[in-house]
Amino acid sequence: MTLTEFVISTIVKILVVLGILSALAGFGTYLERKVLAFMQRRLGPMHVGPYGLLQVLADGIKLFTKEDIVPQNSVKPIFMIAPVIGAATAFIALAAVPLLPEFKIFGITVHPIIADINVGVLFVLGVMASGLFAPLLAGMASANKWGLLGAARTVIQLLSYEVVTGLSIMAPLMMVGSLSLIDINNYQSGGFADWIVWSQPVAFVLFLIAGFAETNRTPFDLLEHEAEIVSGYATEYSGMRWGMFFIGEYTNMITLAFLASLIFLGGFNDWGFIPGALAIILKVSFLFFFFLWTRAAWPHIRPDQLMWLCWKVLLPIAVINVVITGLVLMI
Amino acid sequence: MSLEQFKDRNVTQNYKFIPVDKPPLAPMDKFKQVVKRTFRGELFVGLWVVFREMVRFNIHTVQYPKEKLPISPRYRAVHKLYRLLESGNERCIGCGLCEKICIANCIRMDTRYDENQRKEVTEYTINLGRCIFCGYCAEVCPELAIVHGGRYENASEQRAHFVLRDDILTPLDFLKEGKQEEFPGFGAVSPNADERIKKTPLAY
Repeated sequence: MTLTEFVISTIVKILVVLGILSALAGFGTYLERKVLAFMQRRLGPMHVGPYGLLQVLADGIKLFTKEDIVPQNSVKPIFMIAPVIGAATAFIALAAVPLLPEFKIFGITVHPIIADINVGVLFVLGVMASGLFAPLLAGMASANKWGLLGAARTVIQLLSYEVVTGLSIMAPLMMVGSLSLIDINNYQSGGFADWIVWSQPVAFVLFLIAGFAETNRTPFDLLEHEAEIVSGYATEYSGMRWGMFFIGEYTNMITLAFLASLIFLGGFNDWGFIPGALAIILKVSFLFFFFLWTRAAWPHIRPDQLMWLCWKVLLPIAVINVVITGLVLMI
Repeated sequence: MSLEQFKDRNVTQNYKFIPVDKPPLAPMDKFKQVVKRTFRGELFVGLWVVFREMVRFNIHTVQYPKEKLPISPRYRAVHKLYRLLESGNERCIGCGLCEKICIANCIRMDTRYDENQRKEVTEYTINLGRCIFCGYCAEVCPELAIVHGGRYENASEQRAHFVLRDDILTPLDFLKEGKQEEFPGFGAVSPNADERIKKTPLAY
């Protein structure tokens, strides 16, 4: 492959991933509202388009045409750049995620991964973690007490759970012996019984719990807990700047669903008669649905419970899991 | 919800007393409680409940402008002024009782004697912006001329629209088509009124 081909193909991939994923993130909001509504015996959006399908479009128009308000006492450059960090890190994290198996189109073999780097997991987790600067800077720059509280909660929550994510993923990585997501995927190519979730169920549960905390989803959505701190770091935001936080959050959810299915649930290997591409889409859809499902079913927890859970429960379990995995591998 | 269900006031409420244990104080008891709660699967009960409701798809939403819940015949919304069935004259005899009893002071009427020396109502307004819809006017009216209707959607562009007599008076063509129904609700004569009438007890 020449350099020109490489550049062109990468740019095309970037545009396709950006377009599809931001559309999916928008559609995710529609899905969330519908699923939550059905679980609470409501109908959800019904008026814009058939079954409210165009609600996403209406929301988009609303967000784009709203006045862009920057509060008077805020630190304006940081206030303005914070949402961009949120959306950008969410999409950058996707760069190292293999979204689908290889396929051929017009006689060209396409690798649906933008950058096949050999430290894929590390890169994705690192970029997702740096996404915490978005709520942190937003809350601190917006000259608002709720924003400041939201920012403080961001730091304690995301930093604490970053540790759990890293440690929980350590055990599967020790088994595979590679940080590349494609290697991890190929490790599980033997079918249903080879999925890492069967050999590392504890790590899977820990990873999911930490993932909920890192994407700021319901049992742990303390960053913008309406009843306590209005909307946390996003209190002063409106219009498209707020929309970028939103897109970032939903993209992070999709990234996390991809990570969980790639590392634990067999990735894009063929699953029985289901081809690999469909299999991973099904797994990601189920995990996305699970995010919405828990939001309908479970209450929030308090910040002190969150910290207790992270440092006194999940962290020891993760360490013990790593130690036991190491012992088993050694023997 | 059907109208019969809606009107049923004999609702029993099945409150259950749920005993709440005292919170554990000793560290070991606390630990036991955490373990018990962690492995009892209560979280999955929650997941199951919402999933069951989603699959059942028993939606309770009323899509309001398209669908409306039935209202009770005793509902007290915007008033109606009725006409006599045969002649088409207004039922109102201008006695002024409704004006007197109105506790929000929102009814005003002007009357005069016509050529037959009968009272005629020239002006009749109810300021619906002030009205508290208590129903006293309908209750006190001796002629069942003013009653409450079921029209509860009364938004308008101007406050002046809330006092128009023409809006609440039965239109003549409407009356001729026989569409003016006797009012079953608040202040109306009960269906068994004839049986309940007692003769004046002259004996004492």
